Amino acid sequence: MIYLNAFLFCGFICMLGQIILDKTNLTPGHITIIFVIVGTFLDVFNIYDRLVLWAGGGALVPITSFGHMLTHGAIEGYNEGGVLGLFTGTLNLTSAGISAAIIFSFFFSLVFEPKD
Amino acid sequence: MTDKYQKIVERHTPEENVMVNAIIAFITGGIMGIIGQLLIDFYSSYMHIPSKEATVCMLITLIFMSCLLTSLGFFDKCVNFCKCGLIIPITGFAHATQSAALEYRKEGLVMGLGANMLKLSGAVIIYGIIGSFVFSLIRTLVGII
Repeated sequence: MIYLNAFLFCGFICMLGQIILDKTNLTPGHITIIFVIVGTFLDVFNIYDRLVLWAGGGALVPITSFGHMLTHGAIEGYNEGGVLGLFTGTLNLTSAGISAAIIFSFFFSLVFEPKD
Repeated sequence: MTDKYQKIVERHTPEENVMVNAIIAFITGGIMGIIGQLLIDFYSSYMHIPSKEATVCMLITLIFMSCLLTSLGFFDKCVNFCKCGLIIPITGFAHATQSAALEYRKEGLVMGLGANMLKLSGAVIIYGIIGSFVFSLIRTLVGII
């Protein structure tokens, strides 16, 4: 059942992005940023946590989960360490994704030649 | 004169099939979601990793696959076909980083690769952090009041 929910949720978000891309003049970069900000907003009142429980991996794969993890880390940091936690906790959960992207792309770009 | 020209331009611009594109994005995006859930289940039940770490492992696996396929030149064709089905998932983030790294590699390691690698994904990180700071500040202020 969770696989069906994952399919529906992730597909719905991608379809929304595709429709925005086709109907307006925004570039894919703009759309990615819009979805990240929507994700950060949805986590404020724990709406996204319920979506993660409902759709599982389907809610964690889209870029909205990146924003969700940023806000989640910031709020967690605030609960643990006060105002300073807003700064120290923000990148706590997303650091794995950012570091992985940087590390893999650095070494792959050393090994592989660009293809046109 | 300009009206005529406009009509000719309209006739010859390729019609973007919004409906077909949306359905392709829906199906490919949904498949990405299923792959994510499958990877979480695989890591948590076969490798006995706690569910929170399994999520991180899933994201790293997807980023690794996306970087590898981009450097092999295979991923660009997939993105051209499914567009947002692969851009909106975390694979799009890795794809942007990897293609910028490959493109600017020949301009040198520091001023080329180092300065331009996070060109597109840097925008995502910056606006994500700004957004999350503003919203978590609002949330904490609401909590105090």
